[in-house]
Amino acid sequence: MAAEEQAESMQFHPMEQFTVEPLFGGDTIHWYTPTNVTLWMALAVLAIIGLLVLGTRKRAIVPSRTQSVAELAYGFVHSMVEDVAGKEGLKYFPYIMTLFIFIVFSNFLGLIPMSFSTTSQIAVTVVLAILVFVSVTLLGFYLHGMKFLGLFWVSAAPLPLRPVLAIIEIISYFVRPVSHSIRLAGNVMAGHAVIEVFATFAGAILIAPLAMVGIVAMFGMDVLVAFIQAYVFTILTCVYLKDALHPSH
Amino acid sequence: MATEATEAAGQMAEHGAEASGMPQLDFSTFPNQIFWLLVTLVVIYLVLSRVVLPRVGSVLSERQGTITNDLAAAEELKQQAVEAEKAYNKALADARAESQKIAAEAKAEIQAELDIAIGKADAEIAAKSAEAEAAIAEIRKGSVASVKKVAADTAKEIVASMGIKADAKSVTAAVTSRMKG
Repeated sequence: MAAEEQAESMQFHPMEQFTVEPLFGGDTIHWYTPTNVTLWMALAVLAIIGLLVLGTRKRAIVPSRTQSVAELAYGFVHSMVEDVAGKEGLKYFPYIMTLFIFIVFSNFLGLIPMSFSTTSQIAVTVVLAILVFVSVTLLGFYLHGMKFLGLFWVSAAPLPLRPVLAIIEIISYFVRPVSHSIRLAGNVMAGHAVIEVFATFAGAILIAPLAMVGIVAMFGMDVLVAFIQAYVFTILTCVYLKDALHPSH
Repeated sequence: MATEATEAAGQMAEHGAEASGMPQLDFSTFPNQIFWLLVTLVVIYLVLSRVVLPRVGSVLSERQGTITNDLAAAEELKQQAVEAEKAYNKALADARAESQKIAAEAKAEIQAELDIAIGKADAEIAAKSAEAEAAIAEIRKGSVASVKKVAADTAKEIVASMGIKADAKSVTAAVTSRMKG
């Protein structure tokens, strides 16, 4: 009996939580269909408005708690952009803040049990990474013209090595959006999938306590990962932005 | 539950192995996700760039300004306090000097008046003592004459009582010579 139950619960697929489904029934997903992606992105927007708009409503000189958090987020990203990309990078601060706030809220909303994690979707992170990649590349060419290609020509290296290094640099440049997007989606997905696996094990009475401890531990780690991956994504964006602003090595 | 199962089955049939393996790789959902992601990003960008960032930025700079102003004001007040203390000390020293001056002046005035009074008193005393001396000299002179007369009279009486008739003139001369001796 127990073994049968266990086998049944084991069939529960840990990846099912990532399925995109229409919110209001039906099984065809058009580009405009409101899906669980829509719902959780909308919730993220609402949470962002709640914290950053309503929280700072009073514009207090001595901030309230929510205003402190909003100011902390502002200061965090602002100093990150300034430290990594320099003063010129502050022009692009709103875009980077948008990315960071979206990712961090999506990650944390995704940690709510039974929720849908939008940042675990390759489609979402790839679009984010491609947006960064394309805009940074265009910005580089717009600001520096053909000199932007100097990014791939390592003038500090001895001359015979330079073509080889250029090839490596070009490959690494084009791999950027791939690693940039897979890192985020992969981390979020892995964390959620592992929790789901532990939850499946929790159905079996013998290892349930262990599985629950595992869930708690993984959840703790996922909280960390949720913030760290948002941070990593943002700081890499800043690094790429710095390359566009100052292409010479 | 049943509809969910049929839905899942329908999806499985539609998307084949992809849906059952990694739902993220189900490309048929990509346009939908990308569309809603772009909508979300635009909304967040507008909210941030129109409302949040200017507001938080102004609050932060305002706070910085307030802190700087307060520090400057505190510095100014401290400066004022130091100046006030300096002024107070100066006033104190001035007052002390002034009082000393006034005291010295008063002392000098009193001394002058005193000197005048003493001078006057001395003069008066001198005058009085001269007068008194004159009076004494007169009295003395008077007394010597009386003593001579009394002595002469007494001597005449003594001589007369002895039964000797004496010349008044010679007795007087003898008394006078005796008194001189």
